[in-house]
Amino acid sequence: MKLKKLKSILDGVETFDSPNVDLEQYPTPPDIAAEMLHHVFSSGDIEGKLILDLGCGGGILSIGASILGASQVVAIDIDSGPLEIFQSNLEEFEVTNISMLQASVSHLSSMMRMKADTVIMNPPFGTRNKGADLMFLEIASSLCSKHIYSLHKTSTREHLIRKAEKRGLKCEVIAQLRYNIDKIYGFHKRDSRDIEVDFIKCWNARPT
Amino acid sequence: MKLLTHNMLTSKAIKGVQTGFPLNIVVKKTKTVETEFSSEFIQRMLPKLDWPAFLKAAQTLGVGSQLPDSPPTETTDETVLRSIHHALVEVEVIEGELICPETERKFPISNGIPNMLLNEDEI
Repeated sequence: MKLKKLKSILDGVETFDSPNVDLEQYPTPPDIAAEMLHHVFSSGDIEGKLILDLGCGGGILSIGASILGASQVVAIDIDSGPLEIFQSNLEEFEVTNISMLQASVSHLSSMMRMKADTVIMNPPFGTRNKGADLMFLEIASSLCSKHIYSLHKTSTREHLIRKAEKRGLKCEVIAQLRYNIDKIYGFHKRDSRDIEVDFIKCWNARPT
Repeated sequence: MKLLTHNMLTSKAIKGVQTGFPLNIVVKKTKTVETEFSSEFIQRMLPKLDWPAFLKAAQTLGVGSQLPDSPPTETTDETVLRSIHHALVEVEVIEGELICPETERKFPISNGIPNMLLNEDEI
């Protein structure tokens, strides 16, 4: 599927309209989701795979993965609000190979006894909730037998990669993207601003 | 909740729980969806599945009668793989509960979504 086609499909995915500041919920814009998934697909990590989406929100990454031929997707979020929107997106898109789960990603390592092939995620940036970005990566690596694809703030790149490598992960920055965050929260002074975001691929340096 | 998800989940995150698997299922409402069958995917899932847990869960949902008593080996005919596919990813618990086998802690399933959130004092 062409990137443009994927983006136009993902334009139709509803996102949540009252994000939770403490959870650092930022909806993934359709152009970024499409670019990310297109790359993951080309790397052979979607078609026929069992995929986990951590911090799935309204489900744009899961739905995109399903459209691109994932066998099954398990999508997890701590917050029931976005999951309800996800549910209505599933009905809208008539997607039947996604299962949702309400859980805290921080507990998932001991809650899941099976590894997925691929993890796709847009975790909290870890700005307000220090270390949340690294926590998501660590949990993802314990639940994934191949590759993790994730979005992180470019400004914390060196710190994040250093920490991740200390925990036995290999990281590769695939692309640097511009993430336009509309003024969602009161503390954003301007109406809209761009944040530099890294699209990162990680895997276990010592496969278990 | 699909039985694939059920086969993944444990309640081991609860303080003091040893294995927390398999979670018992209370079924109040189910739904059947149609999803694309891939024999390759099902065959790849077989070694990951805990077969006795899957079989018991499928029986609870009333879709276990077509399933073999032990996990099928390599040369499996498509009919068996299709029955596994059906029980694993096409039948969903919409309303019900998951129950920790050790503590009896209940996790509600509503609108098809299991709520596995734990309170701070449980972990």
